[in-house]
Amino acid sequence: MSVTLLSRLQFAIATYFHFLFVPLTLGLVWLLAIYETKYVKTGDEDYKKLAKFWGKIFLINFAIGIVTGITLEFQFGTNWAKYSEYVGDVFGSLLAIEATAAFFLESTFVAVWLFGWEKLSKKAHLVSIWLVVLASNLSGLWILIANAWMQHPVGYVIKNGRAEMSNFAAVVFNPIAWLKFLHTIPASMTLAGFFVMGFSGYHILKKNNVELFKKAFRIAATFTLIAALIVVIVGHEHAAEVSKVQPTKLAAMESLWNTQKSAPMYLFLWPDAKNEKNSFEILPIPGALSFLAYQSFSAEVKGLKAFPKEDRPPVLPTFLSFRLMVGLGFLFILLAFIAFLKRDKIEEYPKFLKILLYVIPLPYLAIELGWTLAEVGRQPWIVYGLMKVKNAVSPTITSSQVLVSVIAFTVVYTLLGIAAFYLIIKTAKEGPKN
Amino acid sequence: MFWQVIWFILWGVLWAVYFMLDGFDLGLGTLMPFLSKEDTERRILYNAMGPFWDGNEVWLITAGGATFAAFPKTYAVMFSSLYSPLLLILFALILRGVAFEYRSKLEGDGWKKIWDCCLFIGSFLPALLFGVAFANIFEGIPFDKAGMYHGNILKLLNPYGLVGGIFFLLIFMMHGSLWLRFKTEGELSEKAKSIANKLWVLVLVFALIFLIYSKFATKLWDNYFNHPFLFILPLIAVVSLILVKVYLSKDEKFKPWLFSALTIFFATYWGVAGLFPDLFPSSIDPSASLTIYNSSSTKLTLIIMTVVALIFVPVVIGYQFWAYKKFSHVVTKEDLEY
Repeated sequence: MSVTLLSRLQFAIATYFHFLFVPLTLGLVWLLAIYETKYVKTGDEDYKKLAKFWGKIFLINFAIGIVTGITLEFQFGTNWAKYSEYVGDVFGSLLAIEATAAFFLESTFVAVWLFGWEKLSKKAHLVSIWLVVLASNLSGLWILIANAWMQHPVGYVIKNGRAEMSNFAAVVFNPIAWLKFLHTIPASMTLAGFFVMGFSGYHILKKNNVELFKKAFRIAATFTLIAALIVVIVGHEHAAEVSKVQPTKLAAMESLWNTQKSAPMYLFLWPDAKNEKNSFEILPIPGALSFLAYQSFSAEVKGLKAFPKEDRPPVLPTFLSFRLMVGLGFLFILLAFIAFLKRDKIEEYPKFLKILLYVIPLPYLAIELGWTLAEVGRQPWIVYGLMKVKNAVSPTITSSQVLVSVIAFTVVYTLLGIAAFYLIIKTAKEGPKN
Repeated sequence: MFWQVIWFILWGVLWAVYFMLDGFDLGLGTLMPFLSKEDTERRILYNAMGPFWDGNEVWLITAGGATFAAFPKTYAVMFSSLYSPLLLILFALILRGVAFEYRSKLEGDGWKKIWDCCLFIGSFLPALLFGVAFANIFEGIPFDKAGMYHGNILKLLNPYGLVGGIFFLLIFMMHGSLWLRFKTEGELSEKAKSIANKLWVLVLVFALIFLIYSKFATKLWDNYFNHPFLFILPLIAVVSLILVKVYLSKDEKFKPWLFSALTIFFATYWGVAGLFPDLFPSSIDPSASLTIYNSSSTKLTLIIMTVVALIFVPVVIGYQFWAYKKFSHVVTKEDLEY
């Protein structure tokens, strides 16, 4: 295998793995803060118990997110030296700002929160968890600003053989960045909401601390419904923006081959990339694609054939990840809506509680699909329209070197993943200590 | 010119602060197998570092990020040339970080042994390899103008590189034992003190070897003879190291650690200042060397980064200092989170 392919594989392993843990961190921290706020406001010890209990899981999960994040930052240099050299003037500063402005705050106050239950006043302790909320979300924002620049580079000029920053504000206020942020954070909240509802339901079914977990469930249900709605609404806006700035991604995610006006959306289709057509297309909604992309039923949407073959992303994974993600997004709204309606008497719906427990993996799947769509859909570009992946790899590393590290990543991450999920599930099932 | 120099100074500060802070975690993790076999004592050890290791490691992330942002070409060539040792460090740090959070989450000796082992490897390897890597950078790295590296991991383990690695390892171990001395009481604290005393002698010996060897293996001292005021840096490092011993024998608890922190900070800075204006010198083609001038970002980016640093670094130092103070109490059996 070539160095490029191995480096891509390694980056994919490192990112997918990292992103199995980060969303729970991003979402659960909001619930911790909400539970603790309730405790401080009402004095109800149950909410303190909840903050501590979900906090334990938060920390098991947080640790993996932290340590696997560093390898991502450093991999730009180790494996993608040409990329780093070419875009570092813009891209590097975003990562550095993330560390300085957000990551310090997050790491310091997570520790303050964990070790500070006895050492800090109630209010100071509450402030520390809200600071973690602020910091983890800021951290997500800067990373997404960096990623958005790879999706839709703005605020730069090509000078001295590289991309140089010309307008920092344009980089920071890149619309793609903010749409990604407002899509990813609620998606993380949805994931955390389903996690908390699922395991609260587990304890309610087991008749373990029923009153306590009903309180957990009540809040989580409302929280999840709001988040799940925002995910889909912003997701739609995001797709509309993609149609403007990444036409190849839009065409691939809809598997649209021919440029056409009043482009329909098919409820069922299957792409056939080899023959540049779809194997079948069933149940068209006339003009729907034009409308979703451009708010006009008659607008022209560019098909894949309008672009040279070497500039098109792999169609099947882009198309499938988009379809599945959207389907799951609507399923989450439905489930969260039912949970919201029944939240006061949820113990009377054991079957629904069981369903909620078993759907916990689905938001994980949806969020990884979203990542797949963003990254695979950008291919063959590392920076859309500016630099191709094949030109970005480090010249000096050898395939045997990278092969060894890919194997090391696979082994270490597999073992860590097993340990982490084992501990998370075990802790969640044990419930709070009395 | 001005902004590149500013970022050279900041770049050095970030690495120096990282070593000064994470140094004690890495050193204590390395010492753990030799300090205690008993579970409660080991837990005390973990908890002595517990609230701090993560915040300390962020200095590394920031140092990496600042290299990327301020000197992207250096970041690219440095990190890809040092591919294997760097990934080894990262894997080690992964194991170390997880060891903290996971060790006490399950009962069972086997489980705990695994994580103790991870903490040891995850502390020992970075401590040694950071020293080896920096010593090699001081010597110069075999890479050409195209950014192609012509060495291998064995070449990094040359005598000077190894002396640098052992020096880092020893001083971190001393730094760690001084932290334990300060953070615990009774038998464990006494044990830490006696180990620190022994390590101090070794640190002094290797510091002298390293300083003299550098005259022959590197060009670091050239800057000092050209600008004698720079001698203040190694002077502070050496005086601080002596004060470590002075305060240890006076049975002070915090001051020895503080002065060992200063030793690490100024020892790192001694090397960094010696490199100027190089960041990543080439040993085979001086014209390929990456300097602050030929590898930097644009003035605009450097100014933006400076503004960010001016706003946030004081704030970071403020709350990290506050957190250190808040958790500066002696760790006993009663307050074990990990």
